Amino acid sequence: MGLILAILIQGIQMVLVLALAPGLIGFTRKVKARLLRRQGPSVVQPYRDLLRLVRKEAVLADNASWLFRNAPYLIFATTWVAAALVPTFAAGLHFSWAADLIAITALLGSARFFLALAGMDIGTAFGGIGSSREMLFATLAEPAMIMIVFTVALVAGSTQLSTVAEFMVDHSTLRVSLGLALIGLIIVALTENARVPVDNPATHLELTMVHEAMILEYSGRHLAVIELAAALKLLLYISLIACIFAPWGMARQDDGVLGMLVGVVTWVGKLAIGGFLMVLFETAIAKMRVFRVPEFVGGALMLGFLGTLLLFVSRSF
Amino acid sequence: MSSLLHMLPFAPIDALLVVPGVAALLLALIPQYRLGARVNMLASGITFLFALTLLVERPDPTVSFLFVDDLNVVFVVLGTFVGFTTSIFSASYIGHEIEIGRLKPGYIRFYHGMYQALSFSMNLGLTANNIGLMWVAVELATLTTVLMVGLYRTQAALEAAWKYFILGSVGIALALFGTILIYMAARPVIGEGHDAMVWTTLIANASKFSPELLNVAFVFLMLGYGTKVGLAPLHAWLPDAHAEGPTPISAVLSGLLLNVALYALLRFKMLLAANPLAVAPGPLLVTLGLVSLIFAAFMLYLRRDIKRLFAYSSIEHMGLIAFAFGMGGPLANFAGLLHMTMHSLTKSAIFFAVGQVAQVKGTQKIADIRGLTESHPTLGWSLVVGVAAIAGLPPMGIFTSEFLLVSSTFARQPLLAIPLVIGLLLAFGALIWRLTGVAFGTPSPSVVDAGRPPSMVPLIIHLALVLIAGLYLPGPLVAWFQNVARMLG
Amino acid sequence: MERFSLDAAHLLAGGMVLVSFMMLYQNRILGLLNVFAAHAVVLSLSVAWQAYVQSAPHLFVTAAIALILKAIIIPVALHHMVLRLGVHRDIETVGGIGPTMLMGIGLVALSMVVMLPAAAEADPIAREDLALALSVILLGLLIMVTRQNAISQIVGFMSLENGLVLAATGARGMPLVVEISVAFSVLVAFIVIGVFLFRIRERFDTIDTQALDDFREGRE
Repeated sequence: MGLILAILIQGIQMVLVLALAPGLIGFTRKVKARLLRRQGPSVVQPYRDLLRLVRKEAVLADNASWLFRNAPYLIFATTWVAAALVPTFAAGLHFSWAADLIAITALLGSARFFLALAGMDIGTAFGGIGSSREMLFATLAEPAMIMIVFTVALVAGSTQLSTVAEFMVDHSTLRVSLGLALIGLIIVALTENARVPVDNPATHLELTMVHEAMILEYSGRHLAVIELAAALKLLLYISLIACIFAPWGMARQDDGVLGMLVGVVTWVGKLAIGGFLMVLFETAIAKMRVFRVPEFVGGALMLGFLGTLLLFVSRSF
Repeated sequence: MSSLLHMLPFAPIDALLVVPGVAALLLALIPQYRLGARVNMLASGITFLFALTLLVERPDPTVSFLFVDDLNVVFVVLGTFVGFTTSIFSASYIGHEIEIGRLKPGYIRFYHGMYQALSFSMNLGLTANNIGLMWVAVELATLTTVLMVGLYRTQAALEAAWKYFILGSVGIALALFGTILIYMAARPVIGEGHDAMVWTTLIANASKFSPELLNVAFVFLMLGYGTKVGLAPLHAWLPDAHAEGPTPISAVLSGLLLNVALYALLRFKMLLAANPLAVAPGPLLVTLGLVSLIFAAFMLYLRRDIKRLFAYSSIEHMGLIAFAFGMGGPLANFAGLLHMTMHSLTKSAIFFAVGQVAQVKGTQKIADIRGLTESHPTLGWSLVVGVAAIAGLPPMGIFTSEFLLVSSTFARQPLLAIPLVIGLLLAFGALIWRLTGVAFGTPSPSVVDAGRPPSMVPLIIHLALVLIAGLYLPGPLVAWFQNVARMLG
Repeated sequence: MERFSLDAAHLLAGGMVLVSFMMLYQNRILGLLNVFAAHAVVLSLSVAWQAYVQSAPHLFVTAAIALILKAIIIPVALHHMVLRLGVHRDIETVGGIGPTMLMGIGLVALSMVVMLPAAAEADPIAREDLALALSVILLGLLIMVTRQNAISQIVGFMSLENGLVLAATGARGMPLVVEISVAFSVLVAFIVIGVFLFRIRERFDTIDTQALDDFREGRE
């Protein structure tokens, strides 16, 4: 009975994550529009978009390979698994032993790998630009992510996210290295999710696209799946930041249903706050030149280095 | 005499600060050149007289912020003396600069006011009993000289002043950090607050401080104050500042400011020496000194501007002095003190001569200055004597100190004596070579109307003192230097 | 509470190191001035925290001076100067921004290695704050060395001074003399800078020190 319940709760998390992802995107678009003094689309518009795309026919280029056809599903699968593993409303779920920071980084890395290959598959110029830029940013963002993981792991004593969350709740304190890691993670999150100042998610100018350029050739159900994966990625990153740096309200191992409900409510609240802050930042800042982005992401790498360095030198940092 | 002094409203040691301070304010209000120059000379003279009284009667060190002991009384008397003679030189030199239009009359007040402000800050730095106050004084001295170096407002002068400002400020900042570290080392022993920065208390308790902290502090202090002393590789500001500023300022920089910075370094060296576990500061000073010596000696061959030439000579001699104090021991310390005194007198005398040379020939380029002994005999021959002195020829005072230094190095560290002698010989060669070109041969054309020449009196007095010191050092002076040498450890 | 005050002090000092890195990252003068203002704000917060923790009310004055003078007056004045003098808005750097930031990391590591063993006997707050203060000082020095524009050198120098103020306030009980001297040096340095910048403008139209360096003394 206990095992079935545990698996059920884990399953609920997987479904919840999938269900809320487009809602998060809709919420951010609405808030951005409001900040720009427009009405903006409704919050459920992304769901309608997905439905519309699924019903349409997928048009493929003549020279599209099996990779092009299957990449969306691969990307979606890896991203969904990663998103489902990050503790959202409860720590210590049934599969939480697999929710390792390094594993999540690797899953996201493979998603990016497939996406970049798919972008280059057809052989158009824009796909190539998008893929090469994506890889340029990834060259710095991945090491930055790893250094941040190290910093957090040195503080919490483990890379497993449930353990990290419980540690942070028990030993709440301000620490320099965690502060640096937080800022680094925010920079990496902005880069990975193709938000301003790295890339504009709403742009129609091909020369400024990165993520959009790679998926330019997709249509129909393929595009629906990829858009869903992108939404899941944003949700993943915000949940990750909330889990590591603001884990209060999460249900622990032994809390009952009430604890879980509280966890869900606080989690949704954190998503909303995170989305709002991100949009606020986006409207306040301009997109930077592509050649400045490596310096920007390099800054995240430096912060990760610095955090790790400080921790190696003294335990009280 | 004591009764006379007691009649004054302030003690002689305070007079060292009050007189220049009041004079600075006064001079800021006097736009006429002649009157300003006279007030300047008067103020410097009075300060010198008060400094002389300190030889006789010293204040109680625990009473005020200022104190006098054997070490700084040498510096104070020397400093005020050179300040006085330079003010005499400046009185006539600046008049000529105004006539040829190099210095605008509007800047007279500024120049004289800053001169006295510099005197004030140097005296404060030398007599302060508080390491923080000493730092403030050296910072103030840096700022006043920066402003004066840029006095002529030419492109080169501004660049020199900017470089000096940047490098000097960085040095001062590092020195402040070192001072903070000394305070942190002293605090567990002496307690918080004022007392932990008072010099006399610090030196009494130095053996109980944490040695590692003292070591790190000394590195910063050496980098910081060493920049102000002009030790290579921190010397980059020195040649430009000397060459582009007015000549009296070059004389004061070489003759005084470098000494004040060196004094600060010596104080901290004493502090470190009092703690047996701290690293010996000697080797660091010796290395920097040797590097400065060799580097400057080589650079002497490449210089084509006469003031820059002697600026590098200052670097060389400061390197020698740092080397001497780094070696330590009674003989080397004595040699260092003697050399410091002689260098101040000789270098300022040389700058007096060089300033006049630049005026009569209208240029500072060595290639354009020839045959001085024929066209201007007094000036030419004084320059010959001066350069001979600075190059270390007997019977001048510098020869004595260099000889003492070399012999003591041979006795203790023969390997170090080799680069020392090489450096000395290289510098000697460069200076004599340049001298023969400048002083002898067919005269180059002079400026037709050079106006009234500046007074030769300060120049002659300095050189006479150096000559006398080379031949005969009075007994009390020797005993006194030996006492200080012993203090330095 | 003891632990929290320690961590807060570290966080603010670490914040200053972070803002120093942000200054290294800037490639436009106006951006640099804004980040410098942020640097001064973090400094005043840090000094105010020290004032609260050490129960030293005179440090509040230092914090206020840092805030008003260095976070408001000086950046605004420099801003006006930049616009009036028509200075180049881009900062030319010696070496790229990437290598510069790597050197910055190296300097932070150096200051840790130097300061932490040395100050082992001093109390723990002071020790690590001192190491972070030294990092800020060295990063300020790095900014001065790797920039060719006179205004950015001034900003680097002022961030160096901020590091010194951080170090001085971390040293418990340092007498007022030093605080006054640090504030005094800021004031006088500003006056000097002002005088120089305008005089430099008189002589030639740019305050790029590379143009100044054409008069290298090596040619003489």
